[in-house]
Amino acid sequence: MKILAHLRLLLQITRTHDIARRYFVTNGFDGTLTMLGLTLGFRLSNEVPMEVALSASLGATIALGMSGLSSAYISEAAERKKELRELEEAMLSTLDDSAHARAAQLVPILIALVNSLTPVLLALIIMLPMWATHWGVALPASPLDLAIILAFVLIFLMGVFLGRIGGGFWLWSGLKTLAIAAITSLLILILEI
Amino acid sequence: MSTVRRLVLDVLKPHQPNALEFAQAIARLGDGYRVRLNVEEVDEKTESTIIVIESNSLDLSKIEETIQSMGGSLHSIDEVEVWGSTSNTL
Repeated sequence: MKILAHLRLLLQITRTHDIARRYFVTNGFDGTLTMLGLTLGFRLSNEVPMEVALSASLGATIALGMSGLSSAYISEAAERKKELRELEEAMLSTLDDSAHARAAQLVPILIALVNSLTPVLLALIIMLPMWATHWGVALPASPLDLAIILAFVLIFLMGVFLGRIGGGFWLWSGLKTLAIAAITSLLILILEI
Repeated sequence: MSTVRRLVLDVLKPHQPNALEFAQAIARLGDGYRVRLNVEEVDEKTESTIIVIESNSLDLSKIEETIQSMGGSLHSIDEVEVWGSTSNTL
C-alpha cells in the first residue's frame, strides 16, 4: 500500500497520471487495430496455416510492445529530465533527494510499461482463439472470425472507457470507435479485393 | 531540556505537491502536529509559503527532511517558540 501511495504521489507531482491514461488508450487502440488488420488479412487470404498466423501475430505483438516501451521511455525520460532541470533552476537548488528527482527516474519507466503492456495484453486477448485452436480446443466458429469479433469488442470497450473519462454517453463513444474499426476493415477489404 | 512548540518557516516549494498535500505531509510527522500554510507569492514554477507548525514537541530536522523530500527549500526560520524545563538538563 505504501509503494502504491508513493507511486500515486510521483504521478501526481509530475501530473502524469493523465499522460499514462492517454498512452493506455492510444497504444491500446494502435495494438488492437494492428491485430484487427493482421487477422483480417489472414482471414481474407484463406490459405494461411494457423501456425503461421500465430507466429506472425506474436511477432507483431512483440514489436508493438517493444515499440511502445522504447518510444515512451525515451520521450518521457527526456521530458521529465527537462522539467526537473527547469524546476531546479526556479528553486535555485538541486532536488536530488526529492520526490521530483525520484519521479524523473520512475515515471518514464511506469509510462513505458503502460505503453508497452497495453497493446501486448490486448493483442494476446485477440489471439486467444488462435491459441485455443493451436492447443486443440474446439471452437464454435473459425478462430480468425472469433479473433476479429474479439478485436471489435475490445475496440468498442476502449470507446466506452473514453466515453466514461470524457463524461459523455458511453454507448455513443463506443459506437464511434467501433465505426473507426469498421472503416479500417472496409479499407482492408477493398484493398484486398 | 527544551522543547520546540512553534515554528514559523519561510519555504519555497514547487506547485506540486499542492499546499494541502505539503501541509499534510508535515502534519503526519507526529501526533498533534498542527500545520498552517499560507501561500504568499506564486511564480511560474514555485510558491513562496509561510508554514506555521505547532505541537507539544516539534522535530525540526524531520520537518526539514520532509520539506526537502517534497521538493521544497527552507529559506529561513522566521519565528520559534521553545519551552524550557529543568526536570532534565542537557
